Amino acid sequence: MQLEIRPDVSIRAASDIDPLLSLAGITKTFPGVRALSDVSLKLYPGKVTALIGENGAGKSTVVKVLTGIYQPDEGDIRIAGEPVRFPTPQSAESAGVTAIHQETVLFDELSVAENIFLGHAPKGRFGLIDKSAMTTRASDLLSSIGAKIDPGATLKDLGTANKHLVAIARALSIDASVVIMDEPTAALSQKEIEELYDLVDDLKAQGKAILFISHKFDEIFRIADFYTVYRDGQMVGEGAIEDVSEPELVKMMVGRDVSQIFPDRDHNIGDEVLVVEGYEHPTEFAGIGFRLRRGELLGFYGLVGAGRSEFMQALFGITRPSGGDIRIDGASATIRTPADAVGNGIVYVPEDRSKQGAIGALPIFQNVTLPSLSRTSRNGFIRLAEEFKLARKYTERLSLRAASLDTEVGNLSGGNQQKVVIAKWLATQPKVIILDEPTKGIDIGSKAAVHEFMAELAAQGLAVILVSSEIPEIVGMSDRVIVMREGRIAAELDRKDISPESLVSHAAGIGGVEQ
Amino acid sequence: MKRISASRELLLLIAIALLLALIASRFPAFVTPANLAAVFNDTSPLILLAIGQMIVILTKCIDLSVAANLALTGMVVSLINIAAPGLPMVVIVAIAIGFGILLGMINGILVWKLAIPPIVVTLGTMTIFRGVIFLLTEGKWVNSHEMSDAFKAVPRTEIFGLPVLSWIAISAVILFWIVLTRTTLGRSFYAAGGNPNAATYAGINVGRTQFWAFTISGALAGLTGYLWVSRFAVAYVDVAGGFELTVVAACVIGGVSIMGGIGTVLGALLGALFLGIIANALPVVNISPFWQMAISGGAIIIAVVLNAQANRSPGRIILKRAEHAT
Repeated sequence: MQLEIRPDVSIRAASDIDPLLSLAGITKTFPGVRALSDVSLKLYPGKVTALIGENGAGKSTVVKVLTGIYQPDEGDIRIAGEPVRFPTPQSAESAGVTAIHQETVLFDELSVAENIFLGHAPKGRFGLIDKSAMTTRASDLLSSIGAKIDPGATLKDLGTANKHLVAIARALSIDASVVIMDEPTAALSQKEIEELYDLVDDLKAQGKAILFISHKFDEIFRIADFYTVYRDGQMVGEGAIEDVSEPELVKMMVGRDVSQIFPDRDHNIGDEVLVVEGYEHPTEFAGIGFRLRRGELLGFYGLVGAGRSEFMQALFGITRPSGGDIRIDGASATIRTPADAVGNGIVYVPEDRSKQGAIGALPIFQNVTLPSLSRTSRNGFIRLAEEFKLARKYTERLSLRAASLDTEVGNLSGGNQQKVVIAKWLATQPKVIILDEPTKGIDIGSKAAVHEFMAELAAQGLAVILVSSEIPEIVGMSDRVIVMREGRIAAELDRKDISPESLVSHAAGIGGVEQ
Repeated sequence: MKRISASRELLLLIAIALLLALIASRFPAFVTPANLAAVFNDTSPLILLAIGQMIVILTKCIDLSVAANLALTGMVVSLINIAAPGLPMVVIVAIAIGFGILLGMINGILVWKLAIPPIVVTLGTMTIFRGVIFLLTEGKWVNSHEMSDAFKAVPRTEIFGLPVLSWIAISAVILFWIVLTRTTLGRSFYAAGGNPNAATYAGINVGRTQFWAFTISGALAGLTGYLWVSRFAVAYVDVAGGFELTVVAACVIGGVSIMGGIGTVLGALLGALFLGIIANALPVVNISPFWQMAISGGAIIIAVVLNAQANRSPGRIILKRAEHAT
């Protein structure tokens, strides 16, 4: 997939007006991962630049570089042509860069005005906070963005949308020339989104440079003047929005070198093992139903927040669904607790292994046998020999390299911790294994091992559910893919229909999909 | 884990040896076997309570009601002894353990079913238990002459040269060492406190595990209650007042992580012995009891600093991994 880079467009854009803020050659690495590699970004006064990319493309990292949370390893940041450095978030603020974050970071127990001016409250006599000036300025700011919110109200009494407006007011309370909006519409209703668009138009009229991060193509085309596309920490395209089409943007987002090779698989699909019907939850998901066969690898794709993990947790008995049926091997099953799920042969390898997966203070063998203790114990007494045997069997299968099974899991690398967690679940001899983002945050080499291992599991007749936000992984591994959007199944794609483009369009709800 | 905790306990053992050497240099008689046995016997109630407390702390909880449980159970068995002096001591001990279990279960149920923070629950029950003693006795003491001789004799009866009190502490150390290292219940204490989320995913009911921890702590507190009032031959409202904090201190000094999931019976034993030696030695070598508090306090802080450093590096690795994943 060769993408079109349009030098003519960017040259035209750059020659018209000088960028207010520009990043050039920014590189940021974390141990084992290059989050940003020689990326650039230009923001123009009075214009909206949309930053587009898959999950993990480096969008959030670049925002953190811009707001002084991360320090780039290389590259420079210029404001109006002058090189600047942002060693702290405060220095970014005083240079006029402000961000409205994806998850609004506000204080529930403080008032609206206090939230807006926390850290830079107007000072009166003796350096004390001038409360009346703060309230007046807060109410001015709020009315300037069309928010009808009492500055004296306590934040926790506001709804999500109003909280978001407070966050916006907070961002504007700093006299900013650069405003970063990280998925600002994620929590808003259609009407509120329209109001936000008006606000963005106001900000443009005031000559502010706006960076707009969004997954939703309709709003990118509605609001942006320029676009920049990142993929795998690199900039892969930029230009004026009127010169680009939706399919072209999608192609830039997902197209990549064929550097990842996925294992060849025998698609040895057997009998139906799991049937889920009408699973629903009051707030997270509704109408989830699918069938799964032995030896099948079913992918679950969706944007962050599409409800995939929430559904999996309900399937595993962590949360209680409000309705729905499960049949396992044809017999209807009730899953109220994780122990029920394990007993029924369903296991879940969660996404956040430090929080939900491994127990850092326990040694490897105790982590591995934890859900299988009933098999390695008699009358409540653990038989250490059996325990070691079980732990050794499954850690060896995963070629886990550690000094000894006595090693504390907390001292292992991320990839090895992941292996411990997977070994733990395999030791329960499951029928269905749910892998939630199994390769998130691990290096390429370990990724390949995990992929091979998934293929092997399926070949052994296990039904595998792969929840992943990485398109190549979903495309490369799945026999079938369910795409979720806003808590519902947006599409179910058979092997021949799985393509990066189809996944993205269904997940984002574009291209002839009902809205 | 074995290595780190082993070194942690070894460190404490060395500290205790140094402490004994220091005391011996000024007062050699302190380190004679007979005196050391006496110190051990004197520390036995603390050892019993520290084992129970350690199990509770393992599950990310805390039991502030242990001393009040001890006092209430002690008073209850004293009153029973007055009412029925002929009751065999086996029955008295069983009643003490049973009543302690009951009180521990109250804590456990409140933490498990109502999900109230353990510090609040046990702060409440601590006050209630002491209040109940007052209601039972209207503040009156039960004195030595009211207790039967058999009642007072049990803890001081010597078997193979050691009093029963010491043997009970030794038995509890062995019993709970086995429970914690060799049973599924013991494993679930570590799992529930080490990572409640992961434990839940592994099919462990974290709330029920905490309930059992409080029940064990209650059983040990009840047993200690009888041993305490019979040994000192007196029962009143304020028996062992404030002792719960000494118990927590013993655990912390013994390397039990207040964040849960880390700790051993050996650590709790050594932590209790460390405090027991200080309490017994300082008056002998003519150091003011106020220094005792300062030394115990210093030991707690040193222990916490050492534990925090032992636990630091894994946490950092995880954070970095989590960070670049976003």
